[in-house]
Amino acid sequence: MHDENSKPTNGTRMPGSFEPRIVGFFCTWCTYLAADLAGTSRIKYAPNVRVIRVMCSGRVDPQFVLSAFAHGADGVLIGGCHPGDCHYQKGNYNCLRRVRLLKRMLAQLGIEEDRFRLEWISAAEGDRVRVVINDMVEKLRALGPFHCPAESYNPVAAPQQHELEEAAV
Amino acid sequence: MSKPKIAFYWCAACGGCEEAVVDLAEGILDLVQKAEIVFWPVALDFKRHDIEAMPDESIAAAFVNGAVRTSEQEEMATLLRHKSKLLIAFGSCAHLGGIPGLANLFDREAILRKVYFENPTTQNSERVLPAANGNGDRTGLSLPQFSPKVRSLDQVVEVDYYIPGCPPLRRTISDALQLLFSAQPPARGSVLAPDEALCTECKRKDSKPDKVALKDFRRPQEILIDESQCLLAQGLLCMGPATRSGCEAACVQGNMPCSGCYGPTSRVKDQGAKALCSLVSLVDSEEEQEIDHVLQSIPDPAGTLYRYSLPASLLQGKSSH
Repeated sequence: MHDENSKPTNGTRMPGSFEPRIVGFFCTWCTYLAADLAGTSRIKYAPNVRVIRVMCSGRVDPQFVLSAFAHGADGVLIGGCHPGDCHYQKGNYNCLRRVRLLKRMLAQLGIEEDRFRLEWISAAEGDRVRVVINDMVEKLRALGPFHCPAESYNPVAAPQQHELEEAAV
Repeated sequence: MSKPKIAFYWCAACGGCEEAVVDLAEGILDLVQKAEIVFWPVALDFKRHDIEAMPDESIAAAFVNGAVRTSEQEEMATLLRHKSKLLIAFGSCAHLGGIPGLANLFDREAILRKVYFENPTTQNSERVLPAANGNGDRTGLSLPQFSPKVRSLDQVVEVDYYIPGCPPLRRTISDALQLLFSAQPPARGSVLAPDEALCTECKRKDSKPDKVALKDFRRPQEILIDESQCLLAQGLLCMGPATRSGCEAACVQGNMPCSGCYGPTSRVKDQGAKALCSLVSLVDSEEEQEIDHVLQSIPDPAGTLYRYSLPASLLQGKSSH
């Protein structure tokens, strides 16, 4: 896990520093509209999210999340309607149930908790989009880039015998 | 005309797939009548140099079971690929990485350290580790390299067909063989089993209620299982909805939930993620804390949902930093 001391104190970005890539799955009835509202209200937030509009947070298959990580995302953010507010009545609860188990499974696969987030953001909460995205970007910056285990296979990189022995002592 | 040549080989596997071939029983005689077995380390005394001496593509079909973990397995897979017209991944491990693939939840060093130094029953006061060049090199013997991770066969060499299962059932094998050597073989890259979920051929299908609502998942030893009712409806974690059919729901027939060995259907990229989706939809709660409580009855999600398919999944294993 990351070192707390390495956490930046603010959201400033330095040239050449690590820019987290976040894939955002936003429900078209709430979070997507909230992001739209943030735009028309000229609210500034970190430009690190690639937004994918979905019809409902319940449309987000866990395969989408894993696929995002496998294709270079450092974090995944799902935005859905507040409990009770789903346009399709229960889609956000489906999403919640998946996320609760997926979080545990991702932890087993070495993906830190802060890399995967579910937020309820209504169409009226433009400023919440700013808060959530800025916060997530800051946390990902502290964690550093995500290295997908599927990225490459490099047998040469395997530690040699003596390294192992040293590690074991 | 001479009979087509076939070969069998095993990589990181338990031997169950070899047993599955032997279990063809008198069926093996039909096979021997139609084809000549030129390589089968578990049963016949042919050696690697016999294969090396053969011209390229002179074997009609090589059936390779087991995942690929060592340099030797990689060499043999490559050799058989060159010598064979068709290379068939036989069984879950070759197909998806299988049970040995769960080792991808740990890194290579952690595995060696655990096995050779830390296990309570390990006595290794000289701290000897398997070394590729042999220990001290006096004997001139060498051991294969232990690779950084477990791979499915198609992550090492091109694979023409897959026969799924842990192990593949007799009917799956004989149907696959018939298809392979028929006048119109299926498209390259096919999994030689029906492309639909196991539930479609499960005898308990009709007993599945329209809506299953669970307050906890049970393990088979915790309840008296009703032999006619859908296992999901009884709270057992059955992978049937996220698993390819072809085994005639053999485990469910035996009163055990499906653990997913036939892998996903062709529409699914990641069996674990899809199984997760289908299972959590059965959880009867909309409260976060209660959902968590219900899901605590699945103690090892990755090990359960990716039991046979971790190396072939989207992430292929645990990320290490």
